Amino acid sequence: MNITLNGAPANVDAHPMKRLLDVLREECGLTGTKEGCGEGECGACTVLLDEQPVCACLIPWGQVEGRSITTIEGLGDAHPLQQAFMDEVGAQCGICTPGMVLTALSLGPNPSLDRIKTGLAGNLCRCTGYEAIYRAIQSVHGRERA
Amino acid sequence: MTAVGTSVRRKDGIGKATGRAQYADDLHFPGMLYGRTVRTTIPSGRVSGIRLDFDPAGFTICDHRDIPGRNIVSLIVEDQPCLVERDVRHVAEPVLLLAHESRDALLAATVVIDYEPSTPVFDPTASPQTLKELLIEKGNLEKGFATADVIVEGVYRTGHQEHVYIETNGVVAVPENDGIAVYGSIQCPFYVDRALRVMLGGGRSVRVVQTETGGGFGGKEEYPSMLACHAALLALKAQRPVKIIYDRVEDMLATTKRHPSIIRHRTGVTKDGRITAMDVDVVIDGGAYVTLSPVVLSRGGIHAAGPYRCANTRIRGRAMFTNTPPNGAFRGFGAPQTQFAMEVHMQRIAEALQIDPVKLRERNALRPGDFTATGQKLRDDCSAIQVLKEAVKRSGYRRKAKKYAGTNHGIGVALFFHGSGFTGSGELKLGSRAAVECTEHGVRLLVSSTEIGQGTRTMHAQIVADAMGIPYEQVEVAPVDTSIVPDSGPTVASRTCMVVGKILERASHELKAQMNGLAPAEYFRAHGPLRVEKEHIPPQWLTWDEERYRGDAYATYAWACDVAEVELDRDTYEVRPLRITAVQDIGKAIHPALATGQVEGGTAQGVGFALIEQVVMKGGAMANAQLTNYTIPTTLDTPAMDVVLLENPFPEGPFGAKGLGELPIDGPAPAIVNAIRSLGVDVREVPATPEVVLLAAQDSRASVERHVDILTYGAATAARA
Repeated sequence: MNITLNGAPANVDAHPMKRLLDVLREECGLTGTKEGCGEGECGACTVLLDEQPVCACLIPWGQVEGRSITTIEGLGDAHPLQQAFMDEVGAQCGICTPGMVLTALSLGPNPSLDRIKTGLAGNLCRCTGYEAIYRAIQSVHGRERA
Repeated sequence: MTAVGTSVRRKDGIGKATGRAQYADDLHFPGMLYGRTVRTTIPSGRVSGIRLDFDPAGFTICDHRDIPGRNIVSLIVEDQPCLVERDVRHVAEPVLLLAHESRDALLAATVVIDYEPSTPVFDPTASPQTLKELLIEKGNLEKGFATADVIVEGVYRTGHQEHVYIETNGVVAVPENDGIAVYGSIQCPFYVDRALRVMLGGGRSVRVVQTETGGGFGGKEEYPSMLACHAALLALKAQRPVKIIYDRVEDMLATTKRHPSIIRHRTGVTKDGRITAMDVDVVIDGGAYVTLSPVVLSRGGIHAAGPYRCANTRIRGRAMFTNTPPNGAFRGFGAPQTQFAMEVHMQRIAEALQIDPVKLRERNALRPGDFTATGQKLRDDCSAIQVLKEAVKRSGYRRKAKKYAGTNHGIGVALFFHGSGFTGSGELKLGSRAAVECTEHGVRLLVSSTEIGQGTRTMHAQIVADAMGIPYEQVEVAPVDTSIVPDSGPTVASRTCMVVGKILERASHELKAQMNGLAPAEYFRAHGPLRVEKEHIPPQWLTWDEERYRGDAYATYAWACDVAEVELDRDTYEVRPLRITAVQDIGKAIHPALATGQVEGGTAQGVGFALIEQVVMKGGAMANAQLTNYTIPTTLDTPAMDVVLLENPFPEGPFGAKGLGELPIDGPAPAIVNAIRSLGVDVREVPATPEVVLLAAQDSRASVERHVDILTYGAATAARA
């Protein structure tokens, strides 16, 4: 089945009812996408499907044909959001971080605090109380202009 | 530039921000099988038969007869079996282990277990079996009550709390060199190492390696020993690597939770608010096995009188056996429960005396030179008054208390403390060790203390860098592998910075002295490896009588005051937390951003404990064992936070640091409940769900309007009107 994976065309074969999460982790070797609950509550497995954040544990593989998928690996390691999460200690244990970063990316540039809170409401973090994550996302705007 | 006191980049930041960090489930070994645990479905009784309702070809199957050593999970008391032999004490006890290379085949396998059930006990106050008792006594209770003008009594309750680390429990066991290596999500690698050796009975090599760990909060203190034993049994029988990763439901059903508590207070006070006598009775629900309950009861009991002075105090504590999965370590370790009760009780004393709750606390708060309930004389590192005053000022408490009067907004305060490190002589018994060594690039530090999100690697590297006088970037942290690192003790009890950090500081000073003025890399090139290992030395003045619970319970305490602001919806009885001001004295913030993150994260967990995290137990099992209906605070449930770190140093901590990890979770629940109480609603338990607040609101009203029947619809309407 043909998809666009992290910006490049890819052909991956898997059972159509296999979870996108498992295909990414097992067939594609992209283990940056994490499983936290398996029922779409925690957001740890968030990936971007045609630039929209989705829980990869809820998407059957058969639904993504021809579509574009971005995982944390697609950001490389120098994306301003990743740098901001490092500088502001937005990652503690780090298990929610890939999903947080991708959801934050979908919010567009310079989101307001209200928009950040609403946008991240589907991504659970048990370590930070979210404050450092807000600081990280809000610091990106200044960082990009600098 | 010095590293300590600055927010340097985390050692593990890049791996976590890029998704490259390897957690247990990210590991893959050639020939690896997946493992599964078959568990009991009744809370009490005996197993009378086990039938495999599937074709066992291709499966590896283990029961208790496959255990080469002793069938126990080694911890404090050796009562918990690794696999059930016959007696069942709780739902979700492990009976049988299966492994297969296909997860689908594994999940499809059906096992039927027959039982002879017996009558379970779920109510700890009705349990005939006491797990542990304690008594802390000071002065003369009768005399204390005799000099009181008013006696205030009350019962306070806290529920279970589930850790909800976002990474569930998981390990991979790999046969190697006639023995076993276990890689996993683990807080205390040497606990697991020891448990494996006891279960395997010797004669095999054992090695435990911590993988990147997606949160712990106490939830990966004791249970990974059980899980590692299971994976090791399967791997040794199959002679292939075996991975066991719990899904969220299994993790919530089978693993530990915070102990529920029922705490009774009886306090004598003078009219002007001076406490003359405190009688506290603590009951906690230990669950079906001992695990860590005696120590939880101990920390809970020692903190039960709060940060207050009182000449005549009695604290009685009991941990009771029930037929639920064992409750265990959870950030705070008994202190959040007992200080919830103390602080809500303080609010009720203020209400009874009609005096300002801040003044009441000021009048009774511990000061340097005062004695705690165990008779510990406090030193200059006691800062109860400072945190209280700063929190009141910073939050605008007095102005807001006036402004909120008559509205749906409430404000509440909680003053609390938390002992740093193991209780009493615990640290002496542990004899923790840590090492530093020269490398070709600088210095490598070796500890078994784990990075579970809190910043262990970074904070330890900062301490070593400054103690050595070298750049932070030249300090490397050894992987936590029990065959490489010394045992620096478990990563628990707010001890990793204060206790282990101090050993590293001392080891670094000695390493530096031995290098004769050379830089570590220069020394390595000229002379080869050099390593210094040191053991923890408790303060000389520390004395503790374990039998009588007298003396210096902890080397020091961290002190804090939370002010919570809430809004009550009088139609739905939902309480929305708006803002928490958290002023916390931690001695020294080695890494201010990490320290602030600990306070913010602990406060958010405390908000969940206070308002929304409700474990519903039915028939001895968690009925809402999934994140759909056991909810933790999301971005929209978490209040704005204002964190202030005070630095009143502990002279024997590294750079003055005290323990920090647990402190922030002790305060939010009482501060929030006291804020609800300021609205005239008599809440005395957490979680204060809308149902609890509704009933309390009706009760509060009913206590004034005695004819209101709280259970009728008409009364509910009347109470709202």
